[in-house]
Amino acid sequence: MSIELGLPTVGPGQGLRGVPTLSEGEALTRKQFVADNEVRWCPGCGDYAVLAAVQGFLPDLGLRRENIVFVSGIGCSSRFPYYLDTYGVHSIHGRAPTFATGLAVARPDLNVWVVTGDGDALSIGAGHLLHTLRRNLNVTILLFNNRIYGLTKGQYSPTSETGKVTKSTPAGSVDGPFNPVSLALGAEATFVARTLDSDRAHLTEVLRQAAEHRGSALVEIYQNCPIFNDGAFDVLKDRDESQARLVRLRAGEEVAFGGTDGDANVVVARGDGGGVEVVSRDVAAATGRSPVVHDPGTDDPSAQFALSRLDDTAMGHVPLGVFRSVQRPVYDDLVRSQVDAAVSAAGGPAQDADFTALLAGHDTWTVD
Amino acid sequence: MAATTSLDHVVIRFAGDSGDGMQLTGDRFTAETAAMGNDLATLPNFPAEIRAPQGTLPGVSSFQLQFADHEVLTPGDSPDVLVAMNPAALKANLPDLPHGGTVIADSDSFSRRNLTKVGYVSSPLEDGSLESYRVHSVPLTSMTVTALAELGLGRKDAERSTNMFALGLLSWLYSRPTDGTRRFLGSKFAKRPEILAANLRALEAGWAFGETTETFAVRYEVAPAPSRSGTFRNVTGNTALALGLATAAHTSGLPLVLGSYPITPASDILHTLSGLKRYGVTTLQAEDEIAGIGAALGAAYGGALGVTTTSGPGLSLKGEMLGLAVMLELPLVLVDVQRGGPSTGLPTKTEQADLMQAMFGRHGEAPLPIVAASTPGDCFDAAVEAVRIAVTYMTPVILLSDGYLANGSEPWKVPDVASLPRLRTRFAVAADVPAQESFRPYSRNPGTLARPWAVPGTAGLEHRIGGLEKADGTGEISYDPDNHDRMVRLRAAKVDGVDVPDLDVDDPWSADPDGADLLVLGWGSTFGPISAAVRKARTGGSRVAQAHLRHMNPFPANTGDVLRAYPRVLVPEMNLGQLSLLLRARYLVDVISHTNVRGLPFSSHELVQAVDDAITHAPPRTTARRFGHVAGRTSQEAHA
Repeated sequence: MSIELGLPTVGPGQGLRGVPTLSEGEALTRKQFVADNEVRWCPGCGDYAVLAAVQGFLPDLGLRRENIVFVSGIGCSSRFPYYLDTYGVHSIHGRAPTFATGLAVARPDLNVWVVTGDGDALSIGAGHLLHTLRRNLNVTILLFNNRIYGLTKGQYSPTSETGKVTKSTPAGSVDGPFNPVSLALGAEATFVARTLDSDRAHLTEVLRQAAEHRGSALVEIYQNCPIFNDGAFDVLKDRDESQARLVRLRAGEEVAFGGTDGDANVVVARGDGGGVEVVSRDVAAATGRSPVVHDPGTDDPSAQFALSRLDDTAMGHVPLGVFRSVQRPVYDDLVRSQVDAAVSAAGGPAQDADFTALLAGHDTWTVD
Repeated sequence: MAATTSLDHVVIRFAGDSGDGMQLTGDRFTAETAAMGNDLATLPNFPAEIRAPQGTLPGVSSFQLQFADHEVLTPGDSPDVLVAMNPAALKANLPDLPHGGTVIADSDSFSRRNLTKVGYVSSPLEDGSLESYRVHSVPLTSMTVTALAELGLGRKDAERSTNMFALGLLSWLYSRPTDGTRRFLGSKFAKRPEILAANLRALEAGWAFGETTETFAVRYEVAPAPSRSGTFRNVTGNTALALGLATAAHTSGLPLVLGSYPITPASDILHTLSGLKRYGVTTLQAEDEIAGIGAALGAAYGGALGVTTTSGPGLSLKGEMLGLAVMLELPLVLVDVQRGGPSTGLPTKTEQADLMQAMFGRHGEAPLPIVAASTPGDCFDAAVEAVRIAVTYMTPVILLSDGYLANGSEPWKVPDVASLPRLRTRFAVAADVPAQESFRPYSRNPGTLARPWAVPGTAGLEHRIGGLEKADGTGEISYDPDNHDRMVRLRAAKVDGVDVPDLDVDDPWSADPDGADLLVLGWGSTFGPISAAVRKARTGGSRVAQAHLRHMNPFPANTGDVLRAYPRVLVPEMNLGQLSLLLRARYLVDVISHTNVRGLPFSSHELVQAVDDAITHAPPRTTARRFGHVAGRTSQEAHA
């Protein structure tokens, strides 16, 4: 049996609803988000760029600093909360989403972030990630993907390319990798985006949209590990190479990239009935195939999923931007509304006498 | 009209196929008996399979209860009356029935096919093999079908009401009121009027059959038990535990957030709490055991009372998160309803073999307080106590129950919530921090060693915590050797310092110069069987003292003194001697371990034997010192 919950859904841009904001005229600075702790990532680590972007962008949200919480798991990226002067919890490997679930349900007045990596989120904690996305918990998840295990010194990860030679795979890894965006779309996440550690402007814009989304927002951040997987994303950072590879997704626009004006190639539906492929604009025109127009707002994630499949570990074509942004009832809102509805239907919070009646139940006898 | 005989106590076992509704029948008979004012104790016993192959031995489900005109401590060692709904139920349960006991069997189900399934060559109802029992062979099924003929149900549907016919018959036989059962059926089948009619008709027909037939020459009465005054109800351990958690959340002024994954025999706690939304209770059915405790800990960090419920396999999975809770020093209650292990083990049977895992089942030095419930009704008080310790000392607490307590029931005096003590909880605020100083999340209350509960949303107390070792006071990451040594000892000292009452000893010989010959020390659900055995042993002339542990960590401060005060200490446990091992290690006092891991509670008969054996065969420790027990205080003098 299932019943219609009859509960309110949410409109776009309400991710921060319920979180106390700064008073009129009050403002926080980037410096106020910098914790005293000495940052202990390796020199050149991509995490520094992400930290700087987050510290720089958090004041723009206009939230009270004490109402922001960063929860992380284990791994290099999971040290992130120590460096932000907000509330923060460095939990255990893979389990940050579970901790965030209880916290977000218990406290609608908090802006909750999860910071995780490709090992933490997609290996030991893959189950929790998928269930968090499925439920649509109101949380923003930053998934730092460097395609390697850094903190344990260089073993391959669930996003490493097949054949990766590492300390634990001297003959090359035989596992096929996950595509995190495809995975999140498969779990029907309501907000899925990808960005790059070195592209500060893009990173900041994606984070802003993710924070303002009500529901689970997954942001995959391609991030360089200079020690164990240096240069993994160089082809996306090199001016010439990136032109032919980076596919910037913009809502309502044709998916086009390449060439000097970023318009040489387009993404079109494949003729064989499934997926998309890249062709030159000239070929598309000659064969009468219209470029795909990106719509992150369709409930059916099929088209967004097809775009995610352009990317593989060879990074021939890498879409960046917001793949999907839709509204669906939010788990913690629903959980709270059931409790609130029951409490208000009963006329308010239970008092001692209500509890005594609860303990008595329906079948009592009295001895004088 | 049958004559009426008065009995002081009766033990009835209902047994049938898993699909025969024996648990429901037992529950209803129990409720009727509770309403009569008898004292009682119950033992449901069912297979892990929801519907094992019909009519087979593995599919047999049973429900035993003892009720009496005096205090009842156990569901009874062996039944006086066995209600067997089929040959499998008879075969599986007959070995427990003493000769001279009564069998009421549904003769309709003793078909050739059903007999063959369990290896009977001929029907025991007819071949004379039950001559030493009083056998009532009654066609329960066909009489039920006949009684329901007018209702126009199919035969299969009509047969489903046979358990209510049996309940009606037994209710007549033992003079139980059926009003409560009628009300129960009325609400259960409110939307299925045809099923409701069938069940009521079958119940009445069973009663009428008893009244009119001459099969039963005697009808029985068991007078109400004298009882303390007050309002009582019948309660199972799982229900009492859920109510205790909800009530303790209320008296501590905290919202309860339960993160749980379904697991036998703990799931009913999740079910009960999920229905208490009106009482401010939030329940999350997590994707797994780890997520359940993770959500509970996250909620605790946010200022809620975080609770997670599970059984042994789940406790194993939650171990790492418990370690984080120890490190974060946040309040959390983990309920472990123990079942037979290891691995999947005996999911529906009882055991006490998780004690060591509760004590030590985490990596590193990760001590936490442990509370054990002793009876179904006591699960309420044990839950309140677990919450008290968790919020007072900012620590995860493990609350141990087991399958016997979870599903067993007993009359319980309903507490008046207004008279329960309030549990004091306080969140830290910025004003706590002296001017010019920064917040120290790992500063400690000098009395309890608890750290402040500083919840997000509190301006001025922004801080970071995590699983890495903390610098004493500041909570910053620290790998300093001396600091780690200090923090490990501080966490242990906090748990060791939890205020728990002294162990209370029931010793009628405390003033006698010769003293008792033996102390029986138990913990958890063995309280009923041990108490019953001690009572019997004393009646038989043995000088036996009894004590029962609620706090397994830390142990009561006087535990060592109590152990040393007796020439012999017997420790019965449903494991291979885990408490005995702890006691010997902690107090250097040898104890006599008596163990049994059959998935069933001890019989008092077995424990009386163990008491006799210990007194007869175990040499007294000559170093034993007399133990005088006065109102919960201990005093000692040299043994004469």
